[in-house]
Amino acid sequence: MIMQKWRATRRLLRYSPKSLFDPRSNPNSEHSVSRSASGFAHCVDGEKYHPREFPPYIEHKKERSLWNTTERGLERTSRIQYRYFGSLASKIQRNPSFSTLNSDDINYFKSILGEKNVIEDDDTLLFANTDWMRKYKGSSKLLLQPRSTQEVSQVLKYCNSRRLAVVPQGGNTGLVGGSVPVFDEVIINVGSMNKIISFDQVSGVLVCEAGCILENLVSFLDNEGFIMPLDLGSKGSCQIGGNVSTNAGGLRLVRYGSLHGSVLGIEAVLANGDVLDMLGTLRKDNTGYALKHLFIGSEGSLGIVTKVSILTPPKLSSVNIAFLACKDYFSCQKLLFEAKRRLGEILSAFEFLDNESLNLVLHHLEGVRNPLPPSMHNFYVLIETTGSDESYDKEKLEAFLLRSMEAGLISDGVLAQDINQASSFWRIREGVAEALMKEGAVYKYDLSLPVEKLYNLVEEMRTRIGNSAKVIGFGHLGDGNLHLNISTPQYNDMILAQIEPFVYEWTSKHRGSISAEHGLGLMKANEIFYSKSHETVQLMASIKKLMDPNGILNPYKVLPHSIISYC
Amino acid sequence: MKIMVAVKRVVDYAVKIRVKTDKTGVETQNVKMSMNPFCEIALEEALRIKEAGIASEVIAVSMGPANCIDTLRTGLAMGADRAIHVEATGPLYPLSVAKLFKALVQLENPGLLILGKQAIDDDCNQTGQMVAGLLGWPQGTFASKVVLDKEKQVATVDREVDGGLETLCMDLPAVITTDLRLNQPRYATLPNIMKAKSKVIKKYTPEDLKVEIKSDLEVVQVTEPPKRKAGVIVSSVDELIDKLKNEAHVI
Repeated sequence: MIMQKWRATRRLLRYSPKSLFDPRSNPNSEHSVSRSASGFAHCVDGEKYHPREFPPYIEHKKERSLWNTTERGLERTSRIQYRYFGSLASKIQRNPSFSTLNSDDINYFKSILGEKNVIEDDDTLLFANTDWMRKYKGSSKLLLQPRSTQEVSQVLKYCNSRRLAVVPQGGNTGLVGGSVPVFDEVIINVGSMNKIISFDQVSGVLVCEAGCILENLVSFLDNEGFIMPLDLGSKGSCQIGGNVSTNAGGLRLVRYGSLHGSVLGIEAVLANGDVLDMLGTLRKDNTGYALKHLFIGSEGSLGIVTKVSILTPPKLSSVNIAFLACKDYFSCQKLLFEAKRRLGEILSAFEFLDNESLNLVLHHLEGVRNPLPPSMHNFYVLIETTGSDESYDKEKLEAFLLRSMEAGLISDGVLAQDINQASSFWRIREGVAEALMKEGAVYKYDLSLPVEKLYNLVEEMRTRIGNSAKVIGFGHLGDGNLHLNISTPQYNDMILAQIEPFVYEWTSKHRGSISAEHGLGLMKANEIFYSKSHETVQLMASIKKLMDPNGILNPYKVLPHSIISYC
Repeated sequence: MKIMVAVKRVVDYAVKIRVKTDKTGVETQNVKMSMNPFCEIALEEALRIKEAGIASEVIAVSMGPANCIDTLRTGLAMGADRAIHVEATGPLYPLSVAKLFKALVQLENPGLLILGKQAIDDDCNQTGQMVAGLLGWPQGTFASKVVLDKEKQVATVDREVDGGLETLCMDLPAVITTDLRLNQPRYATLPNIMKAKSKVIKKYTPEDLKVEIKSDLEVVQVTEPPKRKAGVIVSSVDELIDKLKNEAHVI
């Protein structure tokens, strides 16, 4: 009953004409803006704020001449403000150096792209302005759908000359608000550029346009006997250009490595419209600086990726998957250690989820059942192997599992006997994010941490938050990547204050990454110092200035606002 | 009472099958093979009956070339007590399979023979019915619910038929073929996989069982169904009516 009322309110609030966007207070909670403001005052008084507990990098930053003594006090309070609200938009201002759209601009775009691909219709714009988590909402008035690299180049050249800010967009499945406008940036959606250009059956090199949906590429490659080197839950909607721009990780990274290794070439368009053709299909090419890496993971802030050439692994016939239960986190770690040794070259995925994650999935998702009834265990591990010989792999996996069981590492487990059962195991692991969305509001953190310490964060967070919210942990244990999620019925600034900056400070203390694979986007733009040194970030800012002097590409994101200055 | 369950090794249900270029059949090289889904349901039902105390032993049976052993191992890992493999190369059509089952039933004397209603590779839906005919046993096919009465030695079977559900009551021994909604098969747990390694798989040949395999059928050709034509987006209701009238001839 309450849930329904909350949902109805949420729907109302989402469609109410709010200026700018309000991440926390609307659309996801019933608290009004004013309440949050008073909450801020609450923070300054009641929050445990220890200046000396700053992670090493921020300490460093304080000493820089960037901050003079008078500003430091102000900066501190404004910094609390940022973290308290978790995201910046309600506090950042629209950059006044960006122009606003006028009818001449619209006409020009129509002349290049055609009437159909210049969209000003409210309903379509609403979808393009809102991210998947329904947490960030921009107010762009224009969506462009170029059909070729040439059109992207012309559009960007024009926007650069007019100083119109743009947001490159693909499948819009990002989780850190990087794919939607903050204010009225023009959305350039490459979804219409979805052709597969070529595929070499001997080398496995696939060349395609950035708007190809990942699942479509997987189906195409399936026919040819190959697979994509990455696999993620959003494969039905995400596009390869976005995957590359965010250096997406996913479920198979432990076997096929990151996109920095599998992407052989990129064609990108720079802010001034120049087309950078680095679309090589060579496995080895040591001629000059490897600039393609700049575009992998820079989240559209250095250029718009228009074509990708990627090395695809051959599809191996024997896939086996086991769903296992462990009694404690230490066993999960040891299991990973053993798996890497005993399964070696056939290991293709190693995922874990805790008891609470499984409960959520069983509760919210249709047609999902617990593979290991009747008791609930503390931790669950999913191990997948991919190889070329069915009986050999099965024997190897069975031997490893039985051995681990005898050693006490596994308390119970099941082995999938057919593809249907295998899909049901993956449904459980891939369904956690969906189940979280159905449960209510969720604070999502994606952290890289040393494997031994990984789960300690979940336990500490649980103690810290107590009964007011549900804390769950799951993720790619094989890569040391924890997805920490805190679920509450509604977004609540008090709970957010408990989470941030504690979670970033904890991660920084253990020299982890505050964003393992999701990227910085808007959500963590100002938190980069928790994982990168001041000098490193300065160089990033210099490169950004060099490649995008007007700062029109995906502004307000990735790099901290204090570092980026527009003249 | 013993229960005998038939299990068949088929191309995995989730695989996108392709027809061989010479049109003699479906491509099975390098393709994932698994237990027929209806056979899984049959085995699950047998295991549940055993767990309820009504049966003492579950025997899994498979017929075909050497790799049937994989499917039998799965059956043993699910919980069957022992397995029988009837080794035969060459195609086995339902009538041959039914005759082989008749011979096995006369050897083992089970109280119940459970099969899947059909195999997903040939979709014949004949073997269960034929065995019942050869043995002179009652049959409850397309079972969506099975209730056994131990004292009266009677089985009550709900059958899924076109008009709805039909309930039959039959004396044991009987033949039951299983339909989709009967149960949800269990997963093979690691402890059971471990136990399965020491369970017995007995091998027979058709000669041992004194059955002659001759097929009255010959597969002439296997082709894909014709591809569906792409749809057309019409621009107005008038155009739709025109197309329905003049092209599709439905109004």
